[in-house]
Amino acid sequence: MSALLQITGVSKRFTRHPNLAERMLHAVGGPDATQTVHALTDVTLEVARGEVLGIVGESGCGKSTLGRIVSGIYMPSAGSITLDGKPVARDRGGAAEKLTTQVQMIHQDPFASLNPRIKVGQTISEGPHHHRVVPRAQVDTMVRDLLGRVGLEPSYAGRLPHQFSGGQRQRIAIARALAMNPDLLVLDEAVASLDVSIQAQVLNLFLELRRELGLTALFISHDLGVVRHVSDRVAIMYLGRVVELAPAERIYNDPQHPYTRALFESIPVLGTGRREFHPIKGEIPSPLNPPPGCAFHPRCPHAGPRCRVEVPALSPAAPGHGVACHLNTGGVELAA
Amino acid sequence: MAVAETTRRQRLSEFWSDFAQSRVAVVALAVILVLLFLAFACEWVAPQDPYDLRNLDWLDAFLPPGTVGSGGYVHVLGTDNVGRDMLSAVLYGLRTSFIIGLSAGALALTAGIAVGLTAAYFGGRLEAVLMRVVDLQLSMPAILMALVLVALLGSGVGQIVLALVVAQYAYFARTTHGAATVERRKDYIEAARSTPLPTYRVLFRHLLPNVMPPLIVVATVQVAAAIALEATLSFLGVGLPLTEPSLGSLISNGFRYIHTDRTWLSLYPGFALMITVVAINLVGDQVRTVLDPRQGL
Repeated sequence: MSALLQITGVSKRFTRHPNLAERMLHAVGGPDATQTVHALTDVTLEVARGEVLGIVGESGCGKSTLGRIVSGIYMPSAGSITLDGKPVARDRGGAAEKLTTQVQMIHQDPFASLNPRIKVGQTISEGPHHHRVVPRAQVDTMVRDLLGRVGLEPSYAGRLPHQFSGGQRQRIAIARALAMNPDLLVLDEAVASLDVSIQAQVLNLFLELRRELGLTALFISHDLGVVRHVSDRVAIMYLGRVVELAPAERIYNDPQHPYTRALFESIPVLGTGRREFHPIKGEIPSPLNPPPGCAFHPRCPHAGPRCRVEVPALSPAAPGHGVACHLNTGGVELAA
Repeated sequence: MAVAETTRRQRLSEFWSDFAQSRVAVVALAVILVLLFLAFACEWVAPQDPYDLRNLDWLDAFLPPGTVGSGGYVHVLGTDNVGRDMLSAVLYGLRTSFIIGLSAGALALTAGIAVGLTAAYFGGRLEAVLMRVVDLQLSMPAILMALVLVALLGSGVGQIVLALVVAQYAYFARTTHGAATVERRKDYIEAARSTPLPTYRVLFRHLLPNVMPPLIVVATVQVAAAIALEATLSFLGVGLPLTEPSLGSLISNGFRYIHTDRTWLSLYPGFALMITVVAINLVGDQVRTVLDPRQGL
């Protein structure tokens, strides 16, 4: 299994520098107003060619930041992202400059991700035209093919985005991404803003395209059911770290990390007679000031003294199943 | 392609029907068009070429409106102190005012877009420096800025336009910056960047068209302001000389005789200026109403 996408030790911090007044206050003894958000901490993941890796977590856990780093929109603060061994982006004056066309992203909100003033045909053709993905004379044919492929009329190419529904727009966004003939798709909550029936249609389209084109994808979602439906492997994220990583069926049948278990217990289940569900107690801590040790310990029912000081590493609980929890590596008590 | 053509035409006709909701604005637009036509056709419409001193006759000086002069035609708006036909002078002056207003508006728009887009898109220190300069300029009255510049540059159409551009680009830069800061955070910009498309394409094909609506409104208002500002400069005597009459210098010239009963010398160029500025502002207001997203475009 050769990894197509290699995410190695990636961290991302967003720093808000204090303004002039705050710096002056700090100089005369006031508090330091520099705020740093630890969006991602030491994330290491691999995605094999043809695989769909699901990324699940609560809002604010860093999953969208991960998607943007993989898409070359942000530079990681530390670590590296390579596709086929080549870096996805490089740093140019603090901003990311994307180096590859082989990663394409599909955004959450199809009402925001299409330029309202550009005809959808041009939205789809712009990238391939500029990068000469196909000879320029064939771009129009390709656009029509793609529109057909995502289930829209080829004649819609001359319309503007506001003439389409949300589901249709998301199909257009998928067509735009596929037009670049990418090796890897990043879907950031790609169905979260759609109605449930439309979600199913778009997901089925994705599965169909995956079968036909052998797509590799990073599927980011907060929706456990959706992720299970489309993913080969699933990574569970909590406060910027991967806490559990396993094949999809395994993680759903045999979750190991207390957070993963709590997530599954918090899903209301229809028709099984279970009337109560258990929300995870407490709030997700602020990434401005993440707790020391295991980030989940303030909410974990099994937390012990070791969890408060030592960060658990992702270590194998079974072949292909990684868990970042001290319960799996010698217990929650501090070593003497 | 046919589909696209109809949508564009539909959008235009939609825009027009929204615009035409205000009768006042339609009348104002018609007034502007008539004034533009008269101003740029002045060489054929005006009874006299007021630039050509050979046409002027001292005997015709200070003829009140409606008098027949030595040229054998009626001076509808009278004549001035050197026997210049006031109607002709107003039309030629209007042309000068329009040329200065429109070119200053267009150049200030371009400069303001360049500054505002650069600041909003690239951010950081560059944004801080550019926008502080813009704020500094906005905190001073435009007329003060323009006066200082004209004093430094000297008078003439080019110098006046340059002074107006420097005084006015800040309004465009501020508006562009505000709109672009909102737009650049939207996903379609991120999508374009992550395709990846080169920066100039993201800026000019994706960002700029989406910040244009508020700029169109500012542009109309600023053209009116540029015309008024130029008239003010000429009135104060630092603008255009009377041999190259603009509305401001005509008003200024007539102002010397305002205490006699020869009020037409100032009054008619003043009316022309007022009608022009008010009409442009009325059109600008209605464009703003139509383009306002809360009204639903």
